[in-house]
Amino acid sequence: MKSKLNLPADRVAYARQLAERITAPVQDFIDGHSSVTVERATLRLAGADGASPDGVPVANLVVDRIRAADPAALEDGATLRYVNALLKTGGNERALNDRIAAGFDVTSLPLGDRAAIEAKADEIVAGTLARIKRNREFREGKLEQWKGRNNSPLLYLIVATGNIYEDVKQAAAAAEQGADVIAVIRTTAQSLLDYVPYGATTEGFGGTYATQENFRIMRAALDEVAEKQQRYIRLTNYASGLCMPEIAAMGAVERLDMMLNDSMYGILFRDINMYRTFVDQMFSRMLNSYAGVIINTGEDNYLTTSDAFEKAYTVLASQLLNERFGFRAGMPSELLGLGHAFEMDPSRKNGFMYELAEAQMAREIFPDCPLKYMPPTKHMSGDIFKGTEMNTLFNFVSKATNQGIHLLGMLTEAIHTPFMMDRYLAVDNARYVMNYIDGFYDDVEFKKDGIVVSRAHQVLGETIEFLELVERTGMFDAIEQGLFAEMKRPKDGGKGFEGLVKKGPAYYNPFEKALKRELGIVR
Amino acid sequence: MKVVRPYGDTMDDGKVQLSFTLPVPDGAKGREAARKLVLSWGFKDCEVVHSAPLAAEFSFYVAYGKTESSIDYDSVVADEASADASMNMDEVNEYIRRNLGRKVVVVGACTGFDAHTVGIDAIMNMKGYNHHFGLERYPEMEAYNLGAQVPNEKLIDYALKVNADAILVSQVVTQKDTHIHNMTEFIELLEAKGLRDRFICVAGGPRIGNKLAVELGFDVGFGRGAYADDVATFIVKKLAEKN
Repeated sequence: MKSKLNLPADRVAYARQLAERITAPVQDFIDGHSSVTVERATLRLAGADGASPDGVPVANLVVDRIRAADPAALEDGATLRYVNALLKTGGNERALNDRIAAGFDVTSLPLGDRAAIEAKADEIVAGTLARIKRNREFREGKLEQWKGRNNSPLLYLIVATGNIYEDVKQAAAAAEQGADVIAVIRTTAQSLLDYVPYGATTEGFGGTYATQENFRIMRAALDEVAEKQQRYIRLTNYASGLCMPEIAAMGAVERLDMMLNDSMYGILFRDINMYRTFVDQMFSRMLNSYAGVIINTGEDNYLTTSDAFEKAYTVLASQLLNERFGFRAGMPSELLGLGHAFEMDPSRKNGFMYELAEAQMAREIFPDCPLKYMPPTKHMSGDIFKGTEMNTLFNFVSKATNQGIHLLGMLTEAIHTPFMMDRYLAVDNARYVMNYIDGFYDDVEFKKDGIVVSRAHQVLGETIEFLELVERTGMFDAIEQGLFAEMKRPKDGGKGFEGLVKKGPAYYNPFEKALKRELGIVR
Repeated sequence: MKVVRPYGDTMDDGKVQLSFTLPVPDGAKGREAARKLVLSWGFKDCEVVHSAPLAAEFSFYVAYGKTESSIDYDSVVADEASADASMNMDEVNEYIRRNLGRKVVVVGACTGFDAHTVGIDAIMNMKGYNHHFGLERYPEMEAYNLGAQVPNEKLIDYALKVNADAILVSQVVTQKDTHIHNMTEFIELLEAKGLRDRFICVAGGPRIGNKLAVELGFDVGFGRGAYADDVATFIVKKLAEKN
């Protein structure tokens, strides 16, 4: 790729160093901690499935009972107790899960021989990792088999009926219309539940519950359409929230292909405790990484809550931090779907050129990342005709700057959840633009000191200034003082703080160990 | 009496643009079904100008219809908070200084499970929306934006804590009438605590009209196209009225 912006390489490298230095102390904290959802994710991977008659998941029952028996016991990790119970009861995971769901407390059994527990755990870990690896190989095989049949950028559509069976119909239609990626948006506020609901669901508000069974149903439906279309259809769901690691675990097992996973979204935009979020994102990203799941980060949120022109630097700063946290969790650039968005005020003079500058800047600074580009939402009104015009320019910028994942804009954004025809019109618009300008950008160079080039240099400069301030302040203090997204989040405030667990000297988590080994994470 | 009909390119031609989806395959039969359907809605004339397949069993139509229906424009009463033009930010602040002589305290949130802050942010955030500054920018106001997913109970507690004059409730998600449930619960909670008269209660959201809000027990409702100026004007005038 030939640079069009001539961004100074040493300044870009310096910005990356800043991100590395800012995240280092956070990583030290992460390494010393676990959380209730990290423990539950580990239990799920070890086989803890199902729920009690009143809907409490087995993984929650185990963790809650361990904590109730001894508030400090979670320091050793929950898996030890679960595997111990498996050995002592002599049955399989399913039989144990049924007993736990019916009231059995794994802490009621004395701990047996440590070597035997670890040997059993290693066997379980090997089995689960093999399943995840098979999923990854299946995906890679299909992508190879149907190479060149997906759009570029990938066209990404959302379904959100609340009913998984209705979602399946909408998703199949969307895939038939040309979507490459289907995201099932979650029910409002699932990000704030400290458990993952169980089973197939048909009731949701503004979206559908992320449950393992719902994942499985949608996966099967999309695989069926893919065979018909001879085109791999990627499935996306949302990890961010109080159960990031668990949802990542479910996604790994059920072969999701993308997950919304931002290192700071929960803190800033959902008021989840900062320590909890940092700990959770690490474990969830290790799982995403091992499963070959592309993460989508949430930089668009910075632009919908603040002015997209003035706060453009917050996007690049967040992309650099998300990249570094991703690297620290063993993710390669190819799995980092760093986010940004086309959210400038449509009445701004030359707004198109600023959008082009920022999208091109992201492309040049993150050449190997499948960048996730979000459509206009904030300035979409009830004027569906104006909305179509804005989406057309968004499609133009996305194709021109070779974005990786293109979330299609809806002409009825801000009116209702998309009708089937709204999705059709969105795909039609994108395909028209993307074909019509296919080679255009190769023919274009920008004036050395023109509007586009100057804008990119300016945003890079502002980003570096901002990151320097964050480094001087320290990440935790910076969040507390409201440097990010103008949100002040106290260190011990926010949701889920009580679910943070300090790892004891005897902390045992065979999945964490295996993932770190497989991903080559040294610290 | 002023009788009006839709205007295409000639007075009273009654031309209307329509687009919709039918759960049938695309084709001549689908187009004819679409045409007959439009006629069945009372249109005197219909031309289906475009159709396309959406999926195996779904098709999309663009059609033009001609209606003879009309309305007496003079008999129409608008569902709006006030017929008067709203004051702008400076005028509101001047109004507060002159008529109230103290800062006006406003607390707002998107309540229930609704996670969309876009509405409450447009009204309250410093930056505002579309060149209309938000209430946080008003020097004579103290504005507290509690963000999204705030339980009604918590919103009321906070309003008591900061001694608020007005509470803004934003509702964006309307699926399964969740907004009606949230708004009703809010008013019922206030009434149960005997606090309804203590606050000016303002509802807002893209699908909230003044009529609906008033029916549910709010003082006013603001829908699509309302800005901070409109909300501020209503609050300060109502406060002056109360005093």
